[in-house]
Amino acid sequence: MALIAFGLIAAVVILSAMFVIVARNPVHSVLWLILAFFSSAGLLVLIGAEFLAMLLVVVYVGAVAVLFLFVVMMLDVDFVELKQGTLRYWPFALLVGIIFLGELALVWAASGQLTFDSYDPSPGAATNAEAIGGVMYTQYLLLFQLAGVILLVAMIGAIVLTLRHRPHVKRQDVGHQTARRRGDAYELKDPTPGQGI
Amino acid sequence: MSNAIESLGSLWGPLLVLGQIGLFTLVLLLSIAFLLLLDRKIWAGVMMRKGPNVVGPFGLLQSFADFGKFLLKEIVIPAGANKFVFLFAPILTCTLAFTAWAAIPVAPGTETGTTWVISNLNVGVLYLFAISSLGVYGIIMGGWASNSKYPFLGALRSAAQMVSYEVSIGFVIVTVVLMVGSMNLADIVNNQAGGMQNWHAFSFQNFPLIIVMLPMFVIFFISALAETNRPPFDLPEAESELVAGYQVEYGSTPYLLFMLGEYLNIVLMCAMMTILFLGGWHGPIALGPEATANLPPLLLSLAGLFWFMFKILFFFFLFAMVKAIVPRYRYDQLMRLGWKIFLPTSLAAVLVVAGYVTYFGVQS
Repeated sequence: MALIAFGLIAAVVILSAMFVIVARNPVHSVLWLILAFFSSAGLLVLIGAEFLAMLLVVVYVGAVAVLFLFVVMMLDVDFVELKQGTLRYWPFALLVGIIFLGELALVWAASGQLTFDSYDPSPGAATNAEAIGGVMYTQYLLLFQLAGVILLVAMIGAIVLTLRHRPHVKRQDVGHQTARRRGDAYELKDPTPGQGI
Repeated sequence: MSNAIESLGSLWGPLLVLGQIGLFTLVLLLSIAFLLLLDRKIWAGVMMRKGPNVVGPFGLLQSFADFGKFLLKEIVIPAGANKFVFLFAPILTCTLAFTAWAAIPVAPGTETGTTWVISNLNVGVLYLFAISSLGVYGIIMGGWASNSKYPFLGALRSAAQMVSYEVSIGFVIVTVVLMVGSMNLADIVNNQAGGMQNWHAFSFQNFPLIIVMLPMFVIFFISALAETNRPPFDLPEAESELVAGYQVEYGSTPYLLFMLGEYLNIVLMCAMMTILFLGGWHGPIALGPEATANLPPLLLSLAGLFWFMFKILFFFFLFAMVKAIVPRYRYDQLMRLGWKIFLPTSLAAVLVVAGYVTYFGVQS
C-alpha cells in the first residue's frame, strides 16, 4: 500500500517538476511547481515526517509560491523570446546533469544501500515536532539564531531598498482621522442677505 | 455486524474512512444549504426585509432552488480565458474546503480516549492552517485565468489580504498550542474540559492569561473575517469598486463551487474558533464523572456533537451579523490593522504566553 502511494506521489513530483521546465506559459510553470511542492509534502507524510510536511505546505506552498505567482503574473516578460536562445547552452546543461548523476552514484556507492527500513522519523521523542525542536534548540541553537539574523538582515535590506520618502505626499493618519470631531470639520454661519461672511 | 467486519478483512479500514467521508460531505452540504439561507435571513432581518420567503415554507428550500438553477445554467467561458485554469480554480477552492474537514474532531467517541474524527492527526492544527493557507490559490487562479481586469485586481487584493492575515492567525494559534503543549486537535479540546471557565477564551485555570487570551480570541475572529473575505473585509469582491472581484466572469456551476467553498471555509473558521477557544464539544457546565457515569456513552457523544454544532452556529450568526452591521474597510485601513496592530499584538501575546507557560509549567 505504502509502496503504491510512494510510486504514485513520486511520479507526480517528477512529472510536475518536468512540466515546470517544459510549460510555455510562466504562470503554468509556477502552478506545476506548486503541485511539485505539494506532492513532496505527501512524500514526507509517507515517511512519517508529518510536521515537516505541514511546514513545507505552509511555508513553500502557502507563502513563497504565492509570491512567485504574484510576481510572475505581474511581470510582462515575453518568456517565449527568452527561451529562444536556450538551446545553445545544452552542452553546459549536459555537463551539470552528468555531475549531479555522478554525485548521486557516488553517494549511493559510498553508503552501501539506502533503505527506508532504517529510518526513524522521530528519534528519541514522541512526535517529530518535538524531535526537531529538541535538536534545533539545543545542538544547533547558534546556527538557528544565525539563520534568524540573516533573515532579519534580508528583511531590513528589502525595506531599505523599497522605502522612499517622497515629499508632498498626503498620508493617511488614522489616529488623526478618528480624533476629528464635528466642530473641527465645519462651522455654522448665519450670513445675512447682501453681506456675506 | 462484527461478522461482517471480519469478512471484509483489510478492506474494512478504507471502507470505513470512505463512509465517514461520505457522511461528512453529506452533512456539510446540507448544513451549508441551510446556513446560506440563515445568512440571507439574518441580513434581511437587520435591514427589516423579509429575505427569501417564496420557495417552501419560510423560504426553507431556497438554497435547493438556487442549487438547481446554478446546475442547469450554461457555463460561459470568456474568450481569451485560460480554459483549464479557469475551470480548475473553483474546483480547487471547493476541494480544499472539504479536505480541511478531515481533521476536525466533532464529538467525543463512545469509548474513552477516542473522538469522532476522520483522521486524528498529530499536527492537526498545522494541517488546518496549511489547508486554509492554500485557499488563496483558487482565488488567484480564478482571477488570473479570467483574462479580465476586474477579476485580476480582485485576485491581487485578495492574495495580499489573505497572506497578511494568515500571519496573525498563525501567531494566535501558537498561543493556544503553547498552552496545550500539543498540536493534536483532540488534545486541544480535551485541555478545555470541565466547564466554560476552562475554555481557552477565558482560561480561569491560568488566571492572568485571560488578559492575553480574550484579546487573542477577538483577533482570531477578526482575522477569520479577513481570511474568508467576509464583510467588512470583502475587498476582493467589493462590488462598488471591482464589480464582483475574482468571480466576475464566473457563472453557473463554477460560481456555485466558488460560493460553496467560501461558505465551507467560513464554517471551517467557525469550527476552528470553537476548537481553539470555546472548548470544542464540551458544554458550558461540566456534569462531573458521577453524573455522566450512568448515562449511555452514545448519548454523551451526541451531546458533544450538539454543543459543537451549536457553537459553530453561534459563530456563524456572529459572521452574519457582522456582515449586516459593519461598513466595509478601506484597503489601507485593512493593511494597517493586519500588519501594524494585529501582528505586533499577537507576537507580544506569544511571548507572554510562552513566558508564563515556561515559568509556571502549565502544560500537561
